[in-house]
Amino acid sequence: MAAVATNSTLHRTLEFWQASIGKKTVMAVTGGILVGFTLVHMAGNLQIYLGADVLNHYGQLLKSNVAVLWGARLFLLASVCLHLTAAFQLWSLKAKARPVAYQKLAPTKSSYASRTMYVSGPILLFFIIYHLSHLTTGQTHPQFDEGDVYRNVVLGFRQPVAFAAYLIAMGCLGFHLIHGVWSAFQSLGINHPKYTPKIRNLATGLTALIVGGNLSIPVAVMLRLIGNDVQ
Amino acid sequence: MRITLNVWRQKNTNAAGAMKRYEVPNVSPDMSFLEMLDVLNEDLLEKKDADGPVTFEHDCREGICGSCGFMINGVAHGGHERTTVCQLHMRHFKDGDDVVLEPWRANAFPVLRDLMVDRAAFDRIIASGGYVSVSTGSAPDGNAIAIRKLDSDLAMDNAQCIGCGACVAACPNASASLFTSAKIAHLGHLPQGQPERLERAKKMVDQMNNELFGSCTNIGECEAVCPKGIRLESIAMMNRDYARASFMERPSTGEVGFG
Ligand code: SF4
Ligand code: FES
Repeated sequence: MAAVATNSTLHRTLEFWQASIGKKTVMAVTGGILVGFTLVHMAGNLQIYLGADVLNHYGQLLKSNVAVLWGARLFLLASVCLHLTAAFQLWSLKAKARPVAYQKLAPTKSSYASRTMYVSGPILLFFIIYHLSHLTTGQTHPQFDEGDVYRNVVLGFRQPVAFAAYLIAMGCLGFHLIHGVWSAFQSLGINHPKYTPKIRNLATGLTALIVGGNLSIPVAVMLRLIGNDVQ
Repeated sequence: MRITLNVWRQKNTNAAGAMKRYEVPNVSPDMSFLEMLDVLNEDLLEKKDADGPVTFEHDCREGICGSCGFMINGVAHGGHERTTVCQLHMRHFKDGDDVVLEPWRANAFPVLRDLMVDRAAFDRIIASGGYVSVSTGSAPDGNAIAIRKLDSDLAMDNAQCIGCGACVAACPNASASLFTSAKIAHLGHLPQGQPERLERAKKMVDQMNNELFGSCTNIGECEAVCPKGIRLESIAMMNRDYARASFMERPSTGEVGFG
């Protein structure tokens, strides 16, 4: 006996999402693109340790070619939109697939990170919006100076609230990546006893690298290890 | 020992259900979990309890048929590695334990009564493509088709799935990916399964989605509770086969007028 009448809206919605494996493929590929971007973004930002001139010069370089800059931005935006849409639609299946919740459901061996992807994801979305308005366009930055990336970063991170926001966001990013990276391989059908442990290690390594590298900057600013030349 | 049970009671699919508390005194540690419920049910019958005995599904009681299964304290089959409810024994519980029993919860598994759900959705997934076509008539020679040992092992590992539904029950998304992938991997590893391999993956996955199961997010709760040790690796194989089937599907040559 089918729980839902054939042709009901619910049924048709699900028909439409027949390719849930297809959505997951999209999430894996776009997720991979975003991880790649995050890695490059972090590597670029670490130039802050080389001083104001190097970082500001790098900032100018990124903005020098408008076509490349906007090409990259649109590509990333498209990836984010696809990742988000697929996630949202898969998430909405969840409530439909289990309309009556358990009174008691105890997770066994699954990681906290894996069970909270639908939480860390939205937080990261809000963070990205905040981050762009903080250090790219400056609306949420108290002393924004277009062009002086170094100064913006240092003054931005000296604010305890902003510092806390970055801390929390990097925590979420860590959770999202440690499950997301290995999960992308699984979604693409790559799971093999020989390689899966290595993929898990890769996920842990990438997470540590990205979170550690990114976090080091606000921490170094707060500890006054960098930016003492900025008043 | 004395066990307190909090059991989900529901008269039929459309009735509202509720948790009810029952005391089971004199539980022997040698009893299986289902035997303990048998004792409770005899007591309920004797007392002419208004709700009657607690309905739960069971058949072989030796862990091979897949009939039994419900949530024990929030874990499908009770959380002992590769153990169905019928193979779970009361020695794992302590005197005075408070135990919560709930049926599998999924849209695709409507509750029939109390702890028993309708898993016909699984049957429909199997019917959609979980078979191989063979010629009848003259029996082929035994062992005529050579099978690599590893492939036969992998097929047998996946063939162990008993369709109990614990994977769906434990999944936060109520996804049936582990079950469906076990069938796809079982037949997909065998030479006899090759002719219909891609078609099978496409049909079974589509049927799984039609049955209103959720989408897998690679959490792995299914693998942890599966009494037969089916692994996420099977889901990866299903994803591969489904992707290949989706991209390589085309009208048969006859339909477009070739040949
Ligand atoms: S995969 Fe495991 S948990 Fe799922 S139905 Fe088969 S035996 Fe049960
Ligand atoms: S009753 Fe057959 S597996 Fe439990």
